Amino acid sequence: MDEAVEDLLRQLAPQVLGALVRQYGQFDASEDAVQEALLAAAVQWPKDGVPESPRGWLITVAGRRLTDQLRRESARRHREERAAALAIPDEPLAPAADDGPRRDADDTLTLLFLCCHPALTPASQIALTLRAVGGLTTLQIARAFLVPEATMAQRISRAKASIRSAGAQFSLPPASERAERLRAVLHVLYLVFNEGYTATSGTELQRADLTTEAIRLVRDLHRLLPDDGEVAGLLALMLLTDARRPTRSRPDGSLIPLAEQDRDHWDRRAIDEGVALVTETLARAPIGPYQVQAAIAAVHDEAARAADTDWPQIVVLYELLERLAPNPMVTLNHAVALAMVGGPAAGLDKLRALDGDERVAGHHRVDAVRAHLLEMAGDFEGAHASYRSAARRTTSLPEQRYLEERAARVAGRPKPRSPRR
Amino acid sequence: MKYVVLIYSNPATWETMPSAERDRVLSIHNRLIRELSESGELLRVDGLAHPTNTRTVRLRDGQPVVTDGPFSEAKEQLAGVWAIECDSVERAIEIGAPVAEYDTVEIRQLMDLSGLEM
Repeated sequence: MDEAVEDLLRQLAPQVLGALVRQYGQFDASEDAVQEALLAAAVQWPKDGVPESPRGWLITVAGRRLTDQLRRESARRHREERAAALAIPDEPLAPAADDGPRRDADDTLTLLFLCCHPALTPASQIALTLRAVGGLTTLQIARAFLVPEATMAQRISRAKASIRSAGAQFSLPPASERAERLRAVLHVLYLVFNEGYTATSGTELQRADLTTEAIRLVRDLHRLLPDDGEVAGLLALMLLTDARRPTRSRPDGSLIPLAEQDRDHWDRRAIDEGVALVTETLARAPIGPYQVQAAIAAVHDEAARAADTDWPQIVVLYELLERLAPNPMVTLNHAVALAMVGGPAAGLDKLRALDGDERVAGHHRVDAVRAHLLEMAGDFEGAHASYRSAARRTTSLPEQRYLEERAARVAGRPKPRSPRR
Repeated sequence: MKYVVLIYSNPATWETMPSAERDRVLSIHNRLIRELSESGELLRVDGLAHPTNTRTVRLRDGQPVVTDGPFSEAKEQLAGVWAIECDSVERAIEIGAPVAEYDTVEIRQLMDLSGLEM
């Protein structure tokens, strides 16, 4: 499809849906009608040209589909119950006079909260957000997540059914729930980003589009809630992480560790934007986990060479992150940073904090970090065993390949006479 | 996470099963498949033909050597393969358990091509 048309449609999707839901109060049916209108526009506009009021066109077409469907349903009910038909407006819905940018903004925000409703599973939240707010088709979402279209369609209709049975309204959550619901929205967008970011190049290009989509949605959210530090923090984190994406894997899909990436090919513009955003946010907003993660990413991105990395600064940031959002994965990264500052023994000490932690029992990342630290300490035998164990446990082919290569590299290396312990 | 649910079955068990019992067990399968498809967790479901239809192939000196019948002599043979996507291995086990009444069910996680640099 014409890229400009696609961008326009994706931007208008939540506005059109918002207008329909406000008019008819039926989120489920309205969402289907908007999808049909978007598909119709995707076929017609590149051929016939973009209408004078694209938004009005979409609202009219979607409104007509919706009223047709409601009329069919009401006729069926009429036949079955011999009851009076629902009152349905005869004329297609025209854009209401009070539809302004403010209302569109509120609608987009309301839709995000609705799609990330706590009654939904994460998989459903993701699918529905990408369709209803992102304006993606079911097929596009299915391809990005490598599942059959029928499975994705089912997740979307299930999500809408859950919203219906939870009795959720098309309105902003009450102020008392707002912060928690916003956290759920940010988490869903973070998951979408990760799904695209972790894809290795070559075979899964369509998945990588998910990072672009996640950044677009967080950017919109940041525009709607410019004062929220964590929204800004998440946007900065995504920009600073995505800046490294072109260099994180080889064309054959194998992974390149941060220290070996070609920093000349990092996206300088994204880094500048991310650094400016996180710096400005840390100075004014209450601190939160996304901002701290963005700050850590900024320290990495600002080092011209891996050896220039300001590890003491990163240690301080991980200490802060462990207090704000304690989690075993944070502890792991903290251990690596400590080893870079104080030597491998300091990192291995920290790693002991995870002994007996059920959340990461048998997790390959623990073995992988231990392997790196043991290698640093000159314990090649121990490193070899931990790399092997990590390679067996990971379910990622590129990670497995990387870990097996590291295992092979340390195999049979003699123990140095004075290990750096 | 994506998993395959591998259903191993002894054909003799099924051949000698009273038809009412067979209907009951199959209805459990069908109900489960319907539920999984409605929940958006089912990616694909396949039943496999009787092991007598199996061909086993090995490449020897560049030439395929084909034998009739399954690779393994085991009484239980692969009879069904379901591909599912769900949030945890606990959920995958919950999905596989109801069909493990007569058969043995193995849950295997699929490798994926995504990965984090370490």
